[in-house]
Amino acid sequence: MTETTKTILSQHTRSEIDMWLKKYPEDKKQSAVLVALREAQHQNEGYLTTEYMNAVADYLGMSNIAVYEVASFYSMFETQPVGRHSISVCTNISCLLMGSDDIVNHIEKKLDIKTGESTGDGKFYIKREEECLAACCGGPMMMVDHKYYENLTTDKVDKILDSLD
Amino acid sequence: MSDNHIKIEVDGKSLKADKGQMLIEVTDANDIYVPRFCYHKKLTVAANCRMCLVEVEKAPKPLPACATPVMDGMIVKTQSKVATDAQKSIMEFLLINHPLDCPICDQGGECELQDLAMGYGGDVSRYQEKKRVVKDKNIGSLIQTDLTRCIHCTRCVRFGEEVAGLREMGATGRGENMEIGTYIEKSVSSEMSGNIIDLCPVGALTSKPFRYSARTWELVQKDGIAPHDSVGSNIHLHVKGDRVKRVAPAENESINEVWLSDRDRFSYEGIYSDDRLQMPMIKEDDSWKEVDWETALDVVKEKLNGVIESNSAEQVGLLASPSATLEELYLLQKFARGIGSSNIDTRLRQADFSDQDLVSQFPYLGQTVSGLETLQSALLIGSNVRKEQPIMNHRLRKAALKGAAIMLLNPVDYDYNYPLEVKSIVAPEELPLELTSILKAVIEMSDGPIDTQAKQYVENVNFTEVHQIIASKLISSKRAIVLLGNTATAHPQFSSLRTLAGLIAKISNSNLGYLSEAANSSGAWLAGAVPHRHAGGKQCANIGMNSNEMLHAKLKAYVLLGTEPELDCWDSRAARIAMNDAELVISLTAYRSGEIENYADVMLPISAFVETSGTYINNEGISQSFTGAVPPLGEARPAWKLLRVLGNTFNLDGFEYQSSSDVNAEVMQTIGDIKAENMGHWRSPVAIEKKSTDLQRITETPMNMIDSLCRRAFSLQQTDNVSDGAIHINRVLADKNNLSDTDTANVEQDDSAVNLNVVIDDRVPDDCVLIQSAHPAQIDLGGSFGPIRIAKA
Repeated sequence: MTETTKTILSQHTRSEIDMWLKKYPEDKKQSAVLVALREAQHQNEGYLTTEYMNAVADYLGMSNIAVYEVASFYSMFETQPVGRHSISVCTNISCLLMGSDDIVNHIEKKLDIKTGESTGDGKFYIKREEECLAACCGGPMMMVDHKYYENLTTDKVDKILDSLD
Repeated sequence: MSDNHIKIEVDGKSLKADKGQMLIEVTDANDIYVPRFCYHKKLTVAANCRMCLVEVEKAPKPLPACATPVMDGMIVKTQSKVATDAQKSIMEFLLINHPLDCPICDQGGECELQDLAMGYGGDVSRYQEKKRVVKDKNIGSLIQTDLTRCIHCTRCVRFGEEVAGLREMGATGRGENMEIGTYIEKSVSSEMSGNIIDLCPVGALTSKPFRYSARTWELVQKDGIAPHDSVGSNIHLHVKGDRVKRVAPAENESINEVWLSDRDRFSYEGIYSDDRLQMPMIKEDDSWKEVDWETALDVVKEKLNGVIESNSAEQVGLLASPSATLEELYLLQKFARGIGSSNIDTRLRQADFSDQDLVSQFPYLGQTVSGLETLQSALLIGSNVRKEQPIMNHRLRKAALKGAAIMLLNPVDYDYNYPLEVKSIVAPEELPLELTSILKAVIEMSDGPIDTQAKQYVENVNFTEVHQIIASKLISSKRAIVLLGNTATAHPQFSSLRTLAGLIAKISNSNLGYLSEAANSSGAWLAGAVPHRHAGGKQCANIGMNSNEMLHAKLKAYVLLGTEPELDCWDSRAARIAMNDAELVISLTAYRSGEIENYADVMLPISAFVETSGTYINNEGISQSFTGAVPPLGEARPAWKLLRVLGNTFNLDGFEYQSSSDVNAEVMQTIGDIKAENMGHWRSPVAIEKKSTDLQRITETPMNMIDSLCRRAFSLQQTDNVSDGAIHINRVLADKNNLSDTDTANVEQDDSAVNLNVVIDDRVPDDCVLIQSAHPAQIDLGGSFGPIRIAKA
């Protein structure tokens, strides 16, 4: 690990990654790349930069480009700056039937941004959700910072979003 | 039939195959054509293009031939309706997003996609929607990207991982948004990067210097031998009219396989550098005048005879580039000895010649190039083989990945693209001491008889775990070698390194080998272009001066063949002074430069690489001849012809050749069988001097600076592998001298000082200063190794 990596990945992030590394054989460190990227993204409040990805690559002994490939492949990794609270409203078939469009419209109006954009203060980001989030029984639903909220109404959405700092 | 052999049937033909082979390997071996994009015999199987789908009986669907292992009794149809329908469907998918820009695509005419579209593509596209567009990336001066054309075969990605050992290209994004590239804006830095141009089956990666300069069907392919490192890679020259437009590797499994280093691929640009000398020129009253050949040769005769008559022939020194051909070097030494001078040398970046009489016939690799990949252990001494002999490094890398112990003893912590067993990075002065420690370990661990002198020599030496590992690996490996690299050859105590390396090799039952620097380093010895040996290796009665002595003796006259001494010699300062102070300098050169014009009196234009026929003998001792692919520019002439005429002009005997093959026949007859014996020819160990307290200079020659040709190859000069004219020091030394990256330092060597920029470089050991040679800023410093002083300017 280089000194730069140490300064980029916090002690906390590194210990989280280490915990996952213990679950894999010693020579298969790259198995932990997804969790490592998740921790790095978390540390940087919601998105990855080249510096963070390089640090993860160095920490896991991977080539930089291999980490870029993973980070750009998975939709849960943001490689451009976004707001620190990530809102994903499921718009797949079950949620759609239960009125997810209204929820999306409400959030867009409330935050004055479109899906795929972040608020000017860097607080919120509405993610363009691609796939079903597997909570069909509770539609319409959304995920905010990895937490599921089901059976949404516009009031409920307001409460959830207003409670975030 | 043994267990390993099975029989399969392809298109009604019964074929023999080995268990574990993939179907496509068997069809390829039997000349049965199966279309493919992603499969390449030198890369792992990706099976992602699906173009090689074939029908296999009992399989419900067509199977990819590249990823289907053969099984006994398997019945395969490559031409059936099922197979061709599958292939045609794949082709339709591949063409969905591929642009129809073949008329402006450099790959047009040699494009695998174009070829296969002829055979398998539909005449009308059913796809009416928008095609995707991918932004091009700038990945450096050598490779042009047009990524909209990419079909995602990932050959370039696999090449990086598996062959270059440096993963730079990748597939980022997913689905429709997947792109091949480097993700961040960066130049690819592999010394073998150009190979992805050949690997790319479409026009997504093409040669940048070649871009838009010819259509492939206008090119005539001729054969040649690469002129830089000592590998002797086989090449194809693509010629349009009288110009070389492009260089590509020619397959030779025993030498370069299918690969080529970037230096060998792109250096042809140097042939067409603006400063090519195209007319013979003489200096009259300090100004240069173009003259015809006859006049020029008369002037050479008159002036050279003048020096010989008023002094003696021993006042003439001849320095030649080790990338000159065998024929040129043979004639040059014949000319030199004919006029009475034995002062001839091609070992320009060497300083210690004290045991030259004991050295084998030529600096032999000690084994075959291809055999490097079956080694079990290798100790590399003073070598940056990755940049200096990239193809050999590739072979060593293969060995390392198979588990061989590659061990390193170097004065700079060079980056290696494979795991090393151990490495020891020490100041140049300590290299011999390190070797004595290894020798001691080898002696203690070996159970064979030991030379008593060697024993005495290491009596008071200690060794550490690292030395012990090196010793035990060498002793326990059946196939082991100790290799001396370019830095070892340039080391001021080369003969000590050689002796110690030889003893280590002998006692550990390993081979001893040299990684020599240039295309004809071996040929130069065999041609007799050394001061102490005749052609064929016979000892000379009258031993002349070596290159270093010639420069320090400040001779009255110098004859230069294809070399710029101030950039090519071990002591650049001595070279510059010697040239400037000489009464007469005759330069047989393909180029003119301010420096040459300053010191030379006659410039005779010689043909550059590919403009002459000739022969190179590689590091392994393989003699490879080639013919001229294009005529020389202007009035330039092949150097062998010029030397022949020069011989006639001086009325010397034995210069009646009709062709370079006549010369070759004579040299080869003199040489006989090319063989060398590295073992057992070294002098007894000498005492190693104690460590001095001075800072020590280390010199490296970056790969794209080693000869006149690549120094003028424009695109290669844009890469990182060139001299920066700075001092490289580690952080400790920088702090000690209060220097930082933005500073300029006053650098002093002997009684000469220059100001150079500072680069903090932690690959350099403590109290050492790394300088890259062949840069104009550092010429006035002096020898490549030795004490040096630095201070903030």
